[in-house]
Amino acid sequence: MAGDTTTQREEFPSIAITLEERTPTRANAAKATAEKLDFWYGSNHALKDINLTIPENQVTALIGPSGCGKSTFLRCFNRMHDLQPDTRYQGAITLRPENVNLVGPETDPIEVRMRIGMVFQKPNPFPKSVFENVAYGLRLRGIKNRTELAERVEKALRGAAIWDEVKNRLSDSALALSGGQMQRLCIARALATEPEILLFDEPTSALDPIATAKIEELITELRQRVTVLIVTHNMQQAARVSDFTAFMYLGELVEVDATAKIFTNPAKKATEDYITGRYG
Amino acid sequence: MAATAHMTLEEIRKGLTWRKQLDKVFVLIGLSLLAICLGILAILFLDLVRDGASRFGWDFIASFPSRRAENAGILSAAVGTSLIMLVTAIVALPLGVAAAIYLEEYAPKNWFTGIIEINVTNLAGVPSIVYGLLALGLFVYIFGFGQSVLTAGLTLALLILPIVVVATRESLRAVPKAIREAAYGLGATRWEVTKDHVLPYSTGGILTGLILGLSRAIGETAPIITIGALSFIAFLPPSPVTGEFPFLNFEWLWSSFTAMPIQMFNWVSRPDQAFQANAAAAGAILLGMTLLMNGVAIYIRYRFRKKINW
Repeated sequence: MAGDTTTQREEFPSIAITLEERTPTRANAAKATAEKLDFWYGSNHALKDINLTIPENQVTALIGPSGCGKSTFLRCFNRMHDLQPDTRYQGAITLRPENVNLVGPETDPIEVRMRIGMVFQKPNPFPKSVFENVAYGLRLRGIKNRTELAERVEKALRGAAIWDEVKNRLSDSALALSGGQMQRLCIARALATEPEILLFDEPTSALDPIATAKIEELITELRQRVTVLIVTHNMQQAARVSDFTAFMYLGELVEVDATAKIFTNPAKKATEDYITGRYG
Repeated sequence: MAATAHMTLEEIRKGLTWRKQLDKVFVLIGLSLLAICLGILAILFLDLVRDGASRFGWDFIASFPSRRAENAGILSAAVGTSLIMLVTAIVALPLGVAAAIYLEEYAPKNWFTGIIEINVTNLAGVPSIVYGLLALGLFVYIFGFGQSVLTAGLTLALLILPIVVVATRESLRAVPKAIREAAYGLGATRWEVTKDHVLPYSTGGILTGLILGLSRAIGETAPIITIGALSFIAFLPPSPVTGEFPFLNFEWLWSSFTAMPIQMFNWVSRPDQAFQANAAAAGAILLGMTLLMNGVAIYIRYRFRKKINW
């Protein structure tokens, strides 16, 4: 046993960051713009003067070390912070084309959440049937017609690439699905109401690599229909799925640019240090 | 080479044997304490059954009280207890659940709700006779409900309200934050989140709390003596269900009543030894009813746990 140290370690191929021809078209219109956005948890100044444009039908990734405020920023977009007492926004996130200020005190958070969907870190299906999970958002919007519900549920499940796996068990409990399936179900649930922006908060951090790959592929496809904003710990993931990447540090937005540019030739030293693994 | 820092295999094994023995000792102590607790309960129950053995039978359940011990039964007491429990459940469930929902989901977390919370918990410890006195003044005299099934049901509902509130709050709190966020994220209002998700997922815990409250109420004697339960009743309240439209009748609410613990109390305090057997038999039946209710509570909890495992 003791002399077993000579075992050869298998050489892992270095994970290739594919940044091929995905240089985004700058022509894409802005879907939302954060302007001078500040946010406080009590007296903790968590976001400082964030200015960022989210281009329509593109994937924008937020990266940065733990506690940098990327999830906090993401949750401003659907006013999730309003569920906690003692939180405060200042500045604006303007949603086009109506130019509604998502974080303005005059804007109803429920109205915001009806336009902007969210997928959470851990899969959180309701302990109801697969069908009811996806139908819930539609029911909230007053859709009662059974045929219409069935059609839109199917469409959402197909859109989340899970239809074939669940089409014969729509009335089974969603809790019987695997982790990866649950997360795709949650994506279908968010897609069913056809949101204008879909927020992903580290959607694969609780999943195995195969389930992760499926979700990433899905996010890349979703771009054709919806504007995506994704928070991720995993820089390869940001590189694989996003068109734009924003690097945040200590509550501030350090740099934002086309993903290819950020990962090959960042403008700021801090960004370079982070993506090369010097901290974080 | 110097002495190695790590333990030798022998040392590890020696230490482990000792530690595993400690483990066994603890299991032994735990088991014997458990056996003592359950044993006492079993002996009590068996003693009641033995003392009352001569009285069990349909006649005992289907007869009214009588001056002759061998003819006496628990019919009016059993019916009274059932009707009182019905009123108690119908009143305590909505009040307790609504209060718990407000405190847990709606109330802002400040010093005022903090005081309310502490008081709700303290209410569970108020001696039951105090509830009896309150009910005597409030329900019997001020509201004029009289010494009725309604008064008894309301009194016991007050008594178990804190139990229902605390149990409901606990099961509401057990619904994970992630589930609430999912529903809010889809654009649900607070009430929609509560009625579509939080309440359905905590039904098991709420019903369990209600039944545990009821099994406390079923044995309560002091408050219903205070409000004036009779101990000798040879008639039944009007039936709640009738053959004619609208098929429901609420006159039973105003009927005077007796209840199982009152009946037992009455029999025990008689000098005639024959009545002691009646009391024991009634006690065994009451204990059986309580065990049955707790069994139902455990079953409901099990069913809901199986369906919803977070």
